[in-house]
Amino acid sequence: MCGIVGLLVKKPELRPQLGSLMVPMLIGMTERGPDSAGLAVFGTPVHEAHRKINLYSGMTEAGADFNWHGLAHSIRDEFGTVAEIVTSGNHAILTVGSAPAPIKHWIHEHHPKLHILSTGRSMDLYKDIGTPTEVSDRYDFSHLQGTHLVGHTRMATESAVTPDRAHPFTAGEDFCLVHNGSLSNPNGIRRMLEPRGIHFDTDNDTEAACRFLEWRLREGDSLENALQKGFDELDGFFTFLMGTKDELALIRDPFACKPAVVAETDDYVAIASEFRSLAHLPDIKNAHVFEPAPEEMYVWRT
Amino acid sequence: MSEITVDLAGKPVREVNRLLHAPLNGVTTVNVLNPDGAHNIAVGVNEAVKVEIHGNAGYYAGGMNKFADIVIHGSAGTGVGENMMSGSIRVKGFASNAAGASAHGGLLVIEGDAGLRCAVSLKGADIVVDGNVGSFSAFMAQAGRLVVCGDAGDALGDSLYEAVLYVKGKIKSLGADAQEEPMTEADFTGLAELLAKAGLKHDPKSFKRIASARSLYHWNADADQEY
Repeated sequence: MCGIVGLLVKKPELRPQLGSLMVPMLIGMTERGPDSAGLAVFGTPVHEAHRKINLYSGMTEAGADFNWHGLAHSIRDEFGTVAEIVTSGNHAILTVGSAPAPIKHWIHEHHPKLHILSTGRSMDLYKDIGTPTEVSDRYDFSHLQGTHLVGHTRMATESAVTPDRAHPFTAGEDFCLVHNGSLSNPNGIRRMLEPRGIHFDTDNDTEAACRFLEWRLREGDSLENALQKGFDELDGFFTFLMGTKDELALIRDPFACKPAVVAETDDYVAIASEFRSLAHLPDIKNAHVFEPAPEEMYVWRT
Repeated sequence: MSEITVDLAGKPVREVNRLLHAPLNGVTTVNVLNPDGAHNIAVGVNEAVKVEIHGNAGYYAGGMNKFADIVIHGSAGTGVGENMMSGSIRVKGFASNAAGASAHGGLLVIEGDAGLRCAVSLKGADIVVDGNVGSFSAFMAQAGRLVVCGDAGDALGDSLYEAVLYVKGKIKSLGADAQEEPMTEADFTGLAELLAKAGLKHDPKSFKRIASARSLYHWNADADQEY
């Protein structure tokens, strides 16, 4: 079991409230996912030539005392680029002004236990073990701002309870995916993708779905075409919620084994595994509440 | 003749279930406010009492119900009325998957759509859905009736036993051993009564009857004996 939440605000004046609206949604899914929690939040993109690299130090020896400013200093020296860092305990957002791939490679070489959470211009990603309340407090989720976000609470059934196996998973830039369910062919997907040079961070089944769909998008598929290939190739039970820089997308397997419910008003689209995570949203009594159908694509744009 | 109201805002569902399981001392109606998708609201009621749930219910609302008349003024989560024995449940909105699963008796009315596996393993209850039902509805249904006033999804009535299904709209596909049969006078009469009980206005003559072909009842030793 796991819990999924998503929120997209339709009016610019609601963007400062994105985090505070979402936190009760995430906490509402505690019974479905008490062991880890995480979210990806999408906001105003940084400059075209810049990239935000989200980092997690919880698996290093220093943990939350990791020397983030030392890291930024080393990267400035090594690459001669701007490297600004905003830290929050074991999490940091490093904004760099040159190509991210060599920098990430350098980080991996020099700090192998530092986990690279995400790369992009619009997206920040937080995930850790702990209850949704603990993780929300740890990173002050209620103050997050932006246009949309994708969150997850985990009850692991398939791979170990570790921060890097928490959701959301990400691949490429400004793309993330959360999953409720279990896939039966993740290893087949891995065997197809690895010879194409696609690297996996964990043994988690959701990572296979995430990397598959991001690969299709990178190959030029529209989100809808990529999701159709997902239906063709991914076997098992799933409700997937995905975020791109300007979209939220939801699909459910043909048996609708895993739940999902959507509430839409003029102000927002909110998605959750169960209504109890939507019950406290403003004006919910007048929202259009519905259950997304199996094997259909739902895409909401900012 | 008295009425009680329980506001579940910020309270566990036990507040209402304990009340419903204790002697009711003349209470005839229990209103539940702010259900907010909580699971197991009004499960295992064993009294002829009215329960009015004002909002959206979570999983298994009215499960194992005996005697009570439960109205959900909103939607219902997975397994509404699961294993109901008698009484009635009315869902004003939509119902999620496995509505009325394994229900033995009573009447479940869903005014909106029902999700997948509605009436799975039905054991004698009557279920009337004014909207559509999802795929695999009435899978292995043993007794009772499922009435679908809208459309049905894939594999309707797969591996049916003796339950009977009436469908007004389109059927995407029938499951193994389910077949359409001619409506008899008894079907028209029974269906008209059931629709009236459910408070829904549909012409019984516009429904199809689906029942088991009973070909899976007996082991066919000659089938697929190619080796």
